[in-house]
Amino acid sequence: MKQFLAFVRKEFYHVLRDKKTLLILFGMPIAQILIFGFALTSEVKNSRIVIMDQSRDRGTQQIISKIEASRYFDIQQDILSPPQVEAAFKKGKIKMAVIFPRGFYEDLMHQHSARVQVIADASDPNIATTITNYISAIILEYQQDLNETLQQPYRITAETRMLYNPQQKSVHSMVPGVMALVLMLVCVMMTAISIVREKETGTMEVLLVSPLRPMMVIVAKAIPYLLLSFINIVTILVLSVALLQLPVNGSILLLLAVSTLYIITCLSLGILISIKTATQQAAMTISLMGMLLPTIMLSGFMFPVENMPVALQVVSNIVPAKWFNIIIKAVMIKGLGLGAIWKEVLILTGMTVFFLVVSLKSFKIRLA
Amino acid sequence: MESVNAESLRKTYGREKLLAVDDVSFSVSKGEIFGLIGPDGAGKTSVFRILTTLLLPDSGTATVDGLDIIKDYERIRKRIGYMPGRFSLYTDLSVEENLDFFATVFGTTVEENYDLIRDIYIQIEPFKKRRAGKLSGGMKQKLALCCALIHKPEVLFLDEPTTGVDPVSRKEFWEMLKRLKMQGITILVSTPYMDEATLCDRIALMQRGHILSIDTPQRIINAFPDHLFAVKTGDMYGLLRALQSNKNITDSYAFGEYAHVVLPPSGISPEDVQAYLQQQGVAGIEWRKADVTIEDCFIKLLKV
Repeated sequence: MKQFLAFVRKEFYHVLRDKKTLLILFGMPIAQILIFGFALTSEVKNSRIVIMDQSRDRGTQQIISKIEASRYFDIQQDILSPPQVEAAFKKGKIKMAVIFPRGFYEDLMHQHSARVQVIADASDPNIATTITNYISAIILEYQQDLNETLQQPYRITAETRMLYNPQQKSVHSMVPGVMALVLMLVCVMMTAISIVREKETGTMEVLLVSPLRPMMVIVAKAIPYLLLSFINIVTILVLSVALLQLPVNGSILLLLAVSTLYIITCLSLGILISIKTATQQAAMTISLMGMLLPTIMLSGFMFPVENMPVALQVVSNIVPAKWFNIIIKAVMIKGLGLGAIWKEVLILTGMTVFFLVVSLKSFKIRLA
Repeated sequence: MESVNAESLRKTYGREKLLAVDDVSFSVSKGEIFGLIGPDGAGKTSVFRILTTLLLPDSGTATVDGLDIIKDYERIRKRIGYMPGRFSLYTDLSVEENLDFFATVFGTTVEENYDLIRDIYIQIEPFKKRRAGKLSGGMKQKLALCCALIHKPEVLFLDEPTTGVDPVSRKEFWEMLKRLKMQGITILVSTPYMDEATLCDRIALMQRGHILSIDTPQRIINAFPDHLFAVKTGDMYGLLRALQSNKNITDSYAFGEYAHVVLPPSGISPEDVQAYLQQQGVAGIEWRKADVTIEDCFIKLLKV
């Protein structure tokens, strides 16, 4: 145990005495959160929605078949009660619900006006805006079809409601993304060079000829970064709440717990890279090219995963940031509990165990 | 009692099977200073890495302190001290922190074995708060030696400890080794400096992965079969060219400010050579009998 603590202390010296690295470590999260002040919009296809048709008349059937015909939507199921709508949202399975009130067609025919309720999951505001616009267009088109044959105009009002993020602030989707990105960068890159640096400077040669066990080296290397990354998370959260007025709807404790899990996943990935490479340069390149790009592109941070070709959607499953993104949106913005994210938590845990086992197996107890 | 025993060690590197260590066998007794002497690329470091369990030999066996280097590598690592050829301490840690770290890693404390390193540590103690990377070459070596010694190892492996160190520090370093030997620590040391060979109890001369000869330095010198002379003149180049043109002279080569001339036990005499040189137009020569050094023996062995 004393050996282990001495090793951890040594690692802290390395980190704290490297002023440039420290600057990156703490400067980057702040810079990122300020830079990514806006998100990109893009076309959204095949959004999963539910329809609650309380009227079941000629009018609603015609509108539903128009929605079905559109390539933008994928109707999941017909739902009969409001609690079911809510449940579907909480599971994160659907992006939008369309609700027709009782006597829709009757109202339209006799009062010349009817109402449709459209509820969207605005935790990603860009997707929410885009798909409510699509649905409004479909309803408008139906209205025009009717009006062609009749003299007195019919009016259908679509009442839209944005769930979870009523003001549609894009920071709501940006902050979780930045958290996933920053943690990935800090944890993977920093640990990736930590073991390989000892190989390069020759200190590994001395460490090997000592009673230190590989497991001890690996864990001791990760601990300082675990602590520093934790400080980073707190910084990001404080910044988002204070500067960007982002509410944290869920449990803070759960939020910190899942973030710690994600940090450990990233650290073990970094250690794996460090063990597999021979030079700091190679370790840096792999963690930058191999981790940064997929994290930005495939995690759903910038571009919705739903919108990607199937092949890329499959690939995105191996990006840890994708799962963290889902978890953190659920906890932070939707305010959901562990029950809603256990599957993602399990996936991240599995990835961590995998990285650690492979690292331990490939740790060389000799030179070359 | 044998502290280290190597038998027919062989090691090749890479796909091209570059031969680094070729059929190397030797044994070192407890409390002995054993030197591996040879130029760069002779295979000294590879032998050290095999014995310190850092490399697996392609074939052959070895024991350190009675333990097999392949099977018992974990136990060996607890009881040897190793100082690699390249400075391998943490440059961003201070002198004190480095020493503390290595003491703790080996499950001991600096205080416990302080008497072992006191003579050496006392010289770097004034700089104990300084980062190791900011020390001079000689100080770095002393610190590295302290770190390798702090757990009171049974066998100490020093890979080229004096390379890049000034002559005064080198001398001091060897005096330290002598004192460690008194403590009963077996020391294996490698060096490219032939003049350090005589400071070892026994040496192995190495070249291209081979051991050319193993014995005490004195016996290796005594085994030199030929007569050796040192010659000096103003025109060294002309002198060497003239010496090499005579087929009866066994060997001749530059040796510091002199040229060494090796003559066979019987045959051509020193007077014959001097006459030959005069005849060749090399004038003003200074001629004297020279003491055989390990370097002369090494050069001789290379030509066999």
